Amino acid sequence: MSFLEYAPAPESTAILDLKPEYGLFIDGEFTPAAGESFLTISPATEKPIARIANGTEADVDRAVAAARKAYEKTWSRMSGRDRGKYLFRIARLVQERARELAVAESLDNGKPIKESRDVDVPLVAAWFFYYAGWADKLEYAGVGANPRSLGVAAQVIPWNFPLLMLAWKIAPALAAGNTVVLKPAETTPLTALLFAEILQQADLPAGVVNIVTGAGETGRALVNHPDVNKVAFTGSTAVGREIARSTAGTGKKLTLELGGKAANIVFDDAPIDQAIEGIVNGIFFNQGHVCCAGSRLLVQESIHDEVVERLKSRLETLRVGDPLDKNTDVGAINSAEQLARIRELSEIGEAEGAERWSPACELPENGFWFAPTIFTNVSTSHRIAREEIFGPVLSVLSFRTPAEAIAKANNTPYGLSAGIWSEKGSRILAVADKLRAGVIWANTFNRFDPASPFGGYKESGYGREGGRHGLAAYLKEGAGAMSESAVRSRRDASPERAVLSQSTTKEEQ
Amino acid sequence: MSTHVSVPKTYKLYVNGAFPRSESGRVYEVVDSKGRFLANAAQASRKDARDAVVAARAAVGGWSGATAYNRGQVLYRVAEVLEGRRAQFEDEIVRQEGVSASAARAQVDEAIDRWVWYAGWADKYAQVAGNANPVSGPYFNLSVPEPTGVVAIVAPQDSALLGLVSAVAPALVAGNTVVVVASEAHPLSAITLGEVLATSDLPKGVVNVLTGSPAELAPWLASHADVNALDLVGASALEWIDLEIAAAETLKRVLPPEEGPDAAAPSLARIGAFTEIKTVWHTKALI
Repeated sequence: MSFLEYAPAPESTAILDLKPEYGLFIDGEFTPAAGESFLTISPATEKPIARIANGTEADVDRAVAAARKAYEKTWSRMSGRDRGKYLFRIARLVQERARELAVAESLDNGKPIKESRDVDVPLVAAWFFYYAGWADKLEYAGVGANPRSLGVAAQVIPWNFPLLMLAWKIAPALAAGNTVVLKPAETTPLTALLFAEILQQADLPAGVVNIVTGAGETGRALVNHPDVNKVAFTGSTAVGREIARSTAGTGKKLTLELGGKAANIVFDDAPIDQAIEGIVNGIFFNQGHVCCAGSRLLVQESIHDEVVERLKSRLETLRVGDPLDKNTDVGAINSAEQLARIRELSEIGEAEGAERWSPACELPENGFWFAPTIFTNVSTSHRIAREEIFGPVLSVLSFRTPAEAIAKANNTPYGLSAGIWSEKGSRILAVADKLRAGVIWANTFNRFDPASPFGGYKESGYGREGGRHGLAAYLKEGAGAMSESAVRSRRDASPERAVLSQSTTKEEQ
Repeated sequence: MSTHVSVPKTYKLYVNGAFPRSESGRVYEVVDSKGRFLANAAQASRKDARDAVVAARAAVGGWSGATAYNRGQVLYRVAEVLEGRRAQFEDEIVRQEGVSASAARAQVDEAIDRWVWYAGWADKYAQVAGNANPVSGPYFNLSVPEPTGVVAIVAPQDSALLGLVSAVAPALVAGNTVVVVASEAHPLSAITLGEVLATSDLPKGVVNVLTGSPAELAPWLASHADVNALDLVGASALEWIDLEIAAAETLKRVLPPEEGPDAAAPSLARIGAFTEIKTVWHTKALI
């Protein structure tokens, strides 16, 4: 038995108490859907887990009506202090049921249990705990002295971090005083439904959070519902664009968290051991199903060969397999559809002349699997250097000077994240200044924290989630609130203002 | 004593620090409130708009890379030069808008004061909009606002100077560069403002002023892939929802139309609308 061989150590699913079938969570109750249902499966085995309701337009309408009623009658009238206490309760309940949520997440999504257990679920609790404390301090959020909630928030989340994305969306929305209708991703609805049970245990007033499961059509109906005041979406840039078009002119406040093609830049003076771990974490964390994944490795030419060699030997030790096994590093690809996309782009990478390499690893027979893959000899025009693959596939490029690294890193319509590896602080800060990306990790990668804003430049979307800035995305300046300057100019220069108004009126006539 | 025969000014565009005519050779008549001829303004074309975007893009690096103190001083310098030219602005406002001399004076006063207010924000905005983040781990973590890049603006249409200043100044504060389509009916003050900018140490290309038809020019700017943000403050009479839809193609940041005398009122939100929050994490050694 070599040091890499372990006995299987699967986390037991006995902790789960799943229902065979879930309805929609509307107005505080699970209700049957008006339309069809579908099965959610484990991507590691393709075995069904539970039957899920496919929300129709009528269901969405019901959910938005419940959210509106809860907003008008309860949530917007409740003190921030009391809202905060509900969020604290939710944070505690998530902690109490953490293991159960982690097992359900790995089962439904395919991610390794060590990630759902040690990253996703703890961050979910942290997110609610962080925003709970904001609920009675909104005047410090940076949107003026009299901030107001927006109303009903429509939230559509992806399948890569199902429960964590739910927390990113719901926690700040509720803290700011909004009510919510959330649509989980089609392939990963399970933990959102367990979360609905947590809301019942927390005794959250009915209608404050509504969860409508379904596919793209359900999300479209939600986003386009006329009684929605805020739309928050995390997902592909193509769908983000569609939402930006369909909400144009409606006055709905919009936050979009879209795709990425992050550069992870390794300078020749980088701490190599840490950099290798950071590169691996950057692209193979969560099977590379990460919008901010470090999918383009830019290595300084003088250390290119050494870094690639060490990466390969590190990849030989990654354990791909059962997501519920505590020793698993890389789990299952979330869906057959996503697997097809990863395969297609990887084949294109080979066809375009890049060199493909994967460690020898045995993939399970059933389920959706893709071995960790590295492409070398990649040029900036290759599709694997331009398009988001959203899988465990790393494209390696090289550079000679910092200026070349910056130019290559910014040579993308995306701008979500980037990494810099160097022992020289002044170089890191200078390069960080020039990278057009919303999150930059220096000598680390893929770190998330509720206190830290996250979001993109350019076609990676707009708005921030996390931190004070993430709260501001769910607030507006209250009526009567005006900037210092406007107040001053009104007070000091009122005669002139009067003249000015007349002149404008005259012009309009 | 002979009577002086006046030398009227040719109003051209202000692009890349120079005053070119429209490449199309087109002009349109600007008239006063009674319909009398005032001047021929250049009627900018799609090509002029694209040239302006090229100039604005080229200026982003220098302007956003300047120190905030330096940007603040250059913007303050603009207010100084504006003040020195106030007689000309007042005269043009009276002639274009048909308002009284005191109303024109009030408009110039407010335009200068707003410009000074925004100039002072250049080296303070990041302190108010950014912050340190207390993350759970050994990391230095800082969020700061950065300029989004090239901002295209449809200036308020009912005001010759104040509306223009109220829309352009906040976009410049954080380090963005601007392509602005002036008021179609009152474009002369915009070109005179261009003369102020050209003599205020503002680097070429940081502000580019187009005169002509907003309905013709705005669609090209809204769909231009090298424009990062679109301020539709003066676009209420246009098919502005179509402009917003066009802007969605490259996920531009968009500000909607505003009407009335409070359009583009001074606010931090106007500066923030054209910034991106960048968050940098850096490891701390375990010692």
